[in-house]
Amino acid sequence: METAVPVVEARDLKKYFGARPAVAGISFDVHPGECFGILGPNGAGKTSTIRMIYGLSPIGGGSLKIFGRHIGMDYRRIKARIGICPQDNNLDPDLTVLQNLEVYARYFFIPPARARRRALDLLCFMSLESRQKSKVTELSGGMMRRLIIARALLNEPALLILDEPTSGLDPQSRHQVWERLNELRSRGMTMLLTTHYMDEASRLCDRLMIMDRGRILVEGTPAGLIRDYVGEHVIEVGEPTDELRKHVRVSGLVHEDLEHLLIIYGNRHDRIYHEIAARYCPEGCLMRTATLEDVFLKLTGRGLRE
Amino acid sequence: MTRISWRFSRVWQRNFLVYRRTLLVGFMPPLLEPLFYLLAFGVGMGLLIGHVHYEGRDMTYTLFIAPALIAINVMSNAFYENTYASFVRMYYQKTFDAMMATPLTIEEIIAGEMIWGASKAVLATAVMMSVISCFGLIRYPDGLLLLGIAFLGGLAFASLGMMFTAVIPQIELFNLPVFLFITPMFLFSGTFFPLENLPLWVQRFALTLPLTHLVNLCRACAYGSFAPSCMGGLVYLFALTLVLFPLAIAAMRRRLIK
Repeated sequence: METAVPVVEARDLKKYFGARPAVAGISFDVHPGECFGILGPNGAGKTSTIRMIYGLSPIGGGSLKIFGRHIGMDYRRIKARIGICPQDNNLDPDLTVLQNLEVYARYFFIPPARARRRALDLLCFMSLESRQKSKVTELSGGMMRRLIIARALLNEPALLILDEPTSGLDPQSRHQVWERLNELRSRGMTMLLTTHYMDEASRLCDRLMIMDRGRILVEGTPAGLIRDYVGEHVIEVGEPTDELRKHVRVSGLVHEDLEHLLIIYGNRHDRIYHEIAARYCPEGCLMRTATLEDVFLKLTGRGLRE
Repeated sequence: MTRISWRFSRVWQRNFLVYRRTLLVGFMPPLLEPLFYLLAFGVGMGLLIGHVHYEGRDMTYTLFIAPALIAINVMSNAFYENTYASFVRMYYQKTFDAMMATPLTIEEIIAGEMIWGASKAVLATAVMMSVISCFGLIRYPDGLLLLGIAFLGGLAFASLGMMFTAVIPQIELFNLPVFLFITPMFLFSGTFFPLENLPLWVQRFALTLPLTHLVNLCRACAYGSFAPSCMGGLVYLFALTLVLFPLAIAAMRRRLIK
């Protein structure tokens, strides 16, 4: 995999809006066949990065190669091989479900007969075959999302870009979307995903990076990041006593003190947990498996954004 | 302009498909509007006015206004298509965003939109001509030139409309160019009364308005009186389009590519 040309190769990539850097020089690769995630709080530069990759926004500095070609030069050939599932619903409300796919296929110059075949196949794949003639505005949020993903697959892309693919969906719809995306992944589709949902990132991404304020904070596999930055387990203690705080400090445990909540990170915590539970928490405390959310909050902080 | 190719036709096709879906809505105005106007102005006003003197000819008031109705229709079809309708597609429906994620360029998308606006003006003109011809108010075969004039005039007003779409922050503000620009032109471009009876400065001012030239050209085609003197109007509309069309594309590029 290391020898293959990366699908996306960003080097010191930048984007400015006025004097404000939205992306402040980031470098990363997306390899063929992997699902790569970009995580970060609002304003981290995720969407700016993605928009440069699909050619909607010119790069502000550095270099960006897609399929080994410079983005500024071969935009038409590059765009012909990318499928995009944007954050905002931009399905065509003037057209039916099937027409949405057929008209979009024309923008890629796919011959009508092939476009029709492909559209029908994709509607089946996304369980929308019974809604062919419906107006887009009659679809539920989950159906619209699935239709957008179907539309992104029309040109048989070599790179599928998903910008917050399950935002605003109910749990059933999210799981259905994940299942379809996992199936695509198992077929070897290269995917680039942004999301606010850590469970989504853990579930789908082979590798991911966490961005904040236009820079990359960390990059790695979900399991590796959890292992390296928080450990296996997390102990949460509500309304911690000063005694406990002191104990934690003295024992040198990695922790975060949020006034009303004390979070202790680390490995092989069974013994420590029992000790803390027995001696410092008459009201009980909680030990759970560490998640990507712990990594995210630890690295990007808990302050609200925007 | 190197980023434009025949691919703009895909954008045109999309709009044509939607137009066909709502055919009745698209056909009703050009079908009924001339009937209303001919009835109200031609018959109603015509009784008061009697005959009109235009370029050395006496003619009925109905005959005088019929080609002007076509010119107005070209203006409004193209202008409204590339202001209100294009703005809805751009701003509310995000149709252009979706297109920009494909091999289409922004230049092709906007060119496709404007050429569609001009085409819609031609379609409306054809419908309108069929109604007006029933009253014997168009001389053929010269009258067929109206279709070509409609495309040229349509493209000029489409480009003009797109210029406003590129700079306007919200849809309500289109009322401004309509009120300050379209409505005065509708009234003062030699549409409902001949300019030759007016003071010279008014005539000169009217000649700066694109609709004046479009009205003159439509009359020449409808009356079969196309003369070398009409060339001025043709050149005017041609030059206007040649300037505004690329300017509108550049302005839209500035708005949409960030």
